[in-house]
Amino acid sequence: MSLTSAHSVVAPSATSRRIAGTIIVAYALISIVPLLWIFATSFKTPPDSIAYPPKILFQPSLEGYCNLFTTRTRQTPEYIKALGPATGLCDETVRKRNMVIAGPSNFMPRFVNSLIIAFGSTFCAVFLGTLSAYGFSRFKVPLADDLLFFILSTRMMPPIAVAIPIYLMYRELGLSDTALGMILLYTAVNVSLAVWLLKGFIDEIPREYEEAAMIDGYTRLQAFWRTVLPQATTGIAATAIFCLIFAWNEYAFAALLTSGTAQTAPPFIPTIIGEGGQDWPAVAAGTTIFLVPILVFTILLRKQLLRGITFGAVRK
Amino acid sequence: MLNRTADSVARATPEPLARRVRGISDKGLAWLFISPTILLLLAINIFPLFWAIYLSFTNYRANRPNEVVKNLGFANYKRILGDQDIWIAMQTTAHFVFWTILLQTLIGFTLAWLIDRKFRGHAFWTTIILVPMMLSPAVVGNFWRFLYEPQIGLFAYAVSFVSGIPPTNIQMLSNVSLAPWSIIIVDTWMWTPYVMLICLAGLRSIPEYIYEAAEVDRASNWRQFWSITLPMALPFIMLAVLFRGIENFKMFDMVNLLTGGGPGSTTEVASITLKRQAFESWRTGYSSAFAIILFVAVFGLANIYVKALNKVKQR
Repeated sequence: MSLTSAHSVVAPSATSRRIAGTIIVAYALISIVPLLWIFATSFKTPPDSIAYPPKILFQPSLEGYCNLFTTRTRQTPEYIKALGPATGLCDETVRKRNMVIAGPSNFMPRFVNSLIIAFGSTFCAVFLGTLSAYGFSRFKVPLADDLLFFILSTRMMPPIAVAIPIYLMYRELGLSDTALGMILLYTAVNVSLAVWLLKGFIDEIPREYEEAAMIDGYTRLQAFWRTVLPQATTGIAATAIFCLIFAWNEYAFAALLTSGTAQTAPPFIPTIIGEGGQDWPAVAAGTTIFLVPILVFTILLRKQLLRGITFGAVRK
Repeated sequence: MLNRTADSVARATPEPLARRVRGISDKGLAWLFISPTILLLLAINIFPLFWAIYLSFTNYRANRPNEVVKNLGFANYKRILGDQDIWIAMQTTAHFVFWTILLQTLIGFTLAWLIDRKFRGHAFWTTIILVPMMLSPAVVGNFWRFLYEPQIGLFAYAVSFVSGIPPTNIQMLSNVSLAPWSIIIVDTWMWTPYVMLICLAGLRSIPEYIYEAAEVDRASNWRQFWSITLPMALPFIMLAVLFRGIENFKMFDMVNLLTGGGPGSTTEVASITLKRQAFESWRTGYSSAFAIILFVAVFGLANIYVKALNKVKQR
């Protein structure tokens, strides 16, 4: 019997595997319940959403999504009858509650702000981060360790502590409540992550490639562009997704520094209210739309996740 | 010989041409690549930090920009260190950090240890478990308010279903003794996967031959766990604790949406106090001083901790 095909003496037994599997599946199912509940609530009618006991089976409705995207006013049944036929599904749904659509809600603009700010800051952070990471990876930079630590330490400050002077500075510069101000701020926060992660990725690309390219007559810059960047694509993509998720999820700065035109979705979603309190189906609908891109990214990223969340300190 | 010729040719070549041939020097390129990042951080992080340090010595109020700013020396710092409310907030923060880290480490390590058994489908279920930590703490925290509602909320319903306590009595967010646990539960739900993922990397880094040797020596499973698994995974566990510790010390978004520091100030962690002082009472100078104290505390504690971590790693 060859050594390689020998059964490992330390492999867990079939029973212990089965028990482990059962516990893990049970934990996974319980921990996913709140998310399934968000998804389910987004398709409930407001009365169904606050029923007791909580309804697991219900007649799905798009009322939450209609309420999320519109503002409505209450009207008398006579007024609604006089309006003529409903123009769409949402129109029909809200009329059943004696309401008329008054106009679009702020959700779309807030969602678009989130997109602009998240993508803008991600692009800037990854651009700056790639350059710096290459610099730190390939050249002898004086005080490199101190500079790298300085870049990381900017992340240790509580966001509220940073927000106080930023608030004053932006007020002076006219950057309060602007997308540009938020992009700059998120770039600064994300660039530390980008530098640390990308330095790890670029360190893994053998220097020989560039050296060979430079012997062939490329300048250092051309070698960087033609050999290093193409090899670092996976790392850059993973880093970009991490930056995107941070900017997308960020709440503290957004809540304190934006109020209107540049407000992003996270501070907006909790403020969605209906008549008599929070409109939970609409909140759930907004939350669902907001979370879906992150779910997709998490699945795409699962192999790089560990690296991302530890600033590149742990690699598999 | 050849080298020397090349050298003399290079020296004889006029400077501008040489530069054109070589492109920018490596040193120049290094600075060209690194300086934009450093400049951005100086502008958005360091300059505001120094501004905050300056403000912390004044009585400046952001809602009265035209008032004369008085220099107070260390008066703000003295007042903070003697302020009962600040100490209560620090205790609340310590309570929150202690319990979240304890629970997350215990549950996270256990999950990782179980997943390491590599049962069928473990990769899929691991991905499912990881989902909560990727989501926005603010947006998800906000939804937990709904789950916590007595009567209509799923959480209260599930707890009463299991324990028999009427759901109207499970006032997670408004009961003074339950509210601190409401934020600990959400944080643990969200971030246990984080600790789990790092622990899993630690467990997978342990080479199999060590266990094989232990097996040859007839070490019991229990003994193997305490003498091999735990010590070798310890640096990873400590790293996870460091990251979670820093994050939870700064905790703002989830708590702000879930309880807003309430009821009263039972869940008022340091960041919430800071926000109330800075953006509701507009005591900018005072809150800047508090911010500086917090920053120094995180920085100092993290430094001490990293030293300890490095010692464990070297062992």
